[in-house]
Amino acid sequence: MTRALGWVAALGLAAGLTAGFGYAPREAVQGNVQRIMYLHVPAVLTAYLAFGLVLLGGIGYLATRRMGWDRLAAAAGELGVLFTGLTIVSGSIWGKPTWGTWWTWDARLTSTAVLFCVYVGYLLLRRLIEDPDARARYAAVVGIVGAVNIPIVHFSVKWWRALHQPSTILGPERAPIDPAIGLALFVNWLAFTLLFAYFLSRRMEIARLEEQI
Amino acid sequence: MTYARRAWIVLWKDLLIERRAKEHANALLFFCVLLLFLFQFALGPDRDRLAAAVPGLLWLGFILAGLLGLGRSFLGERDNDCWEGLRLTPGDKSAIYLGKLVGNCVLMAAVEILLAVLFGVFYDVDLWTPAAPLGLVLALGTIGLASVGTLFAAMTTQVRARELLFPVLLLPVQVPVLLATVSATQALLLGQPLADVAHWLKLLAGADLVYVTIGLLTFEFVLEG
Repeated sequence: MTRALGWVAALGLAAGLTAGFGYAPREAVQGNVQRIMYLHVPAVLTAYLAFGLVLLGGIGYLATRRMGWDRLAAAAGELGVLFTGLTIVSGSIWGKPTWGTWWTWDARLTSTAVLFCVYVGYLLLRRLIEDPDARARYAAVVGIVGAVNIPIVHFSVKWWRALHQPSTILGPERAPIDPAIGLALFVNWLAFTLLFAYFLSRRMEIARLEEQI
Repeated sequence: MTYARRAWIVLWKDLLIERRAKEHANALLFFCVLLLFLFQFALGPDRDRLAAAVPGLLWLGFILAGLLGLGRSFLGERDNDCWEGLRLTPGDKSAIYLGKLVGNCVLMAAVEILLAVLFGVFYDVDLWTPAAPLGLVLALGTIGLASVGTLFAAMTTQVRARELLFPVLLLPVQVPVLLATVSATQALLLGQPLADVAHWLKLLAGADLVYVTIGLLTFEFVLEG
């Protein structure tokens, strides 16, 4: 089952690459650099999904005390950090030719960096506790604080600094997007979500086996 | 025994220990004086530059003092084997959190007020004219810092590498509080009216409400040790 999911994700990624490089047209203003978006946007959407699952897993564990919830939160936490890292690195590579700088303390960059730091702390905490129940409880509390804090960080940083273009997909008013680019983005998003699901199930399985040792 | 009475007992116990032993307050105050020295050395003698940096430095000072002070707030319970006693307390455990939180706020506020006065004297900033609105920013910021700080301190007390993990967990979460308080303090020191920073105060109040609520709801899971 998991293996099949892995193959579907691999197929999806291949389709995403084809769509991003072959099907989607060259963007008029930015040129080929814009194609980084097919990695950048799916990565950040996947990261948000992951942090949502960390919250869900944490609440689930505190409510039921079943280790399955903690395995979900732990696996999602690691993947969330991975995909947030991908988001920051890909955005940085895009920013150098487009804005002329690798990094700037713009609102969205800053809040993404803060998010990254919160969940790296989450993983560090998990590493430092041996007792499985204490680890799961503490991690759940940090996961809940981290997730609830996301909107607060968002607004504070937004009012503090406002260079990143507004979100095309999640914004209140949808900005115009070329249908071919939109489709390529959708295919890549789907492929990333499948890949995430595959990684998640593998990681949870490994965590389950580790507990049995 | 009512909920408020149980919270009060925890608060009273902490304040009494602090009044008799003064182990936190004295060391924290001296630490703040040292911070003043360090900021002065880092920025040089230029008065204008120092004055411009004051809002940021002031809150950096509060946060550093908070990291030290809050991080120790449950050590006494652990070292003196009081943790079991707290766990065996009948009724809702969030009362203990509330008592600890208020105690930490009182301690932090005392240190912050003194640090602010020292800043005013040594860096020649007029903190007196906007004292009332600044006090409001200070109160809201302190609650934000102490609410998550108290929760995480209870947690990291039981973990090895406690003094490393506590700041690593607390600092990123406190970014909104730091941004809001520094921005509001800056505006107030420039003589802007309170209405101009209303959005920051609302954000702080909202964040405080959320943090304290989470603390009250999750503390019993942390107390299990």
